[in-house]
Amino acid sequence: MTGGGFSRRIYYAVGITLLVLFLLTVGVAYIDLGALNIVVAMAIATFKTILVVLYFMHVRYSSRVTWVFVSASFFWLVILLVLTLSDYVTRGV
Amino acid sequence: MTDSHSHVAHQFDDLAQQQDASNLGMWAFLATEVLFFGGMFAAYAVYRTLYYDAFVAGSQHMDVLLGAINTAVLLLSSLTVALGVHEVKRGNNAGLTRYLLLTITLGLTFLVIKGFEYSHKYADGLIPGVHFTLDGPEHVGLYFILYFVMTGFHALHMIVGVGIMTAMVIMTRRGRFSPEYHNPIEVSGLYWHFVDIVWIFLYPLFYLIRVHP
Repeated sequence: MTGGGFSRRIYYAVGITLLVLFLLTVGVAYIDLGALNIVVAMAIATFKTILVVLYFMHVRYSSRVTWVFVSASFFWLVILLVLTLSDYVTRGV
Repeated sequence: MTDSHSHVAHQFDDLAQQQDASNLGMWAFLATEVLFFGGMFAAYAVYRTLYYDAFVAGSQHMDVLLGAINTAVLLLSSLTVALGVHEVKRGNNAGLTRYLLLTITLGLTFLVIKGFEYSHKYADGLIPGVHFTLDGPEHVGLYFILYFVMTGFHALHMIVGVGIMTAMVIMTRRGRFSPEYHNPIEVSGLYWHFVDIVWIFLYPLFYLIRVHP
């Protein structure tokens, strides 16, 4: 595969968006949202990850089988976290 | 045999297939890395749920500013890697070398700042098992164990990344890469971006647990 990829402008746009989201993460942390603080922080981090994966890591135009591998790693991570926490959170210790 | 075919190993039909295969191989490795770090994130989630007060107390000892600088440094380094890959695809190997060297500099900056943070933690007696004098809530040591293990493994990945990027600079200078063949640059970039993503989660989880007044 020669050429391909995104234009330089898109990389800069993604880079600047990531920095803005990072500043947002820090800013929101200084506001007391109670239990929502962690939810907002993780939502922003997940969104940043999606940007990095799709644009910097070129998954947006990668082959279908690459999509399967990327989704599988995310899927197993969700199983690991959700099933583990569903135990601890519901035990009522 | 044309020149562009000389880069294709005999088991592949063409360059595109070879490129896809090397990217896929890297993603298979990264999937194992996701679960490697995932186990530690799961441990973090469990103990944060059980001992939230200890995590809040521990996180008050983090240097939010140094962590923020390091986050910005890593995000910038991901941009320079992406731009480097962009340049090699256009045959601009001088540009590639420039971006790789910039990436290495940013990576080393991150590690030096991390080193300062670790040495402050040692001076303050916050390293479990080595020098721990903090008189905080019960289980506060767990927060610091997770902090050092998770950021330590992350830093180890950064050191490996800097080594890989250094090898890429040497290979670039030897004229190994062209718009047709640059798989090693591409997969090294994937690794670097992954390590960046890990930090994207580590920063809010360890530094920003409760900074609001």
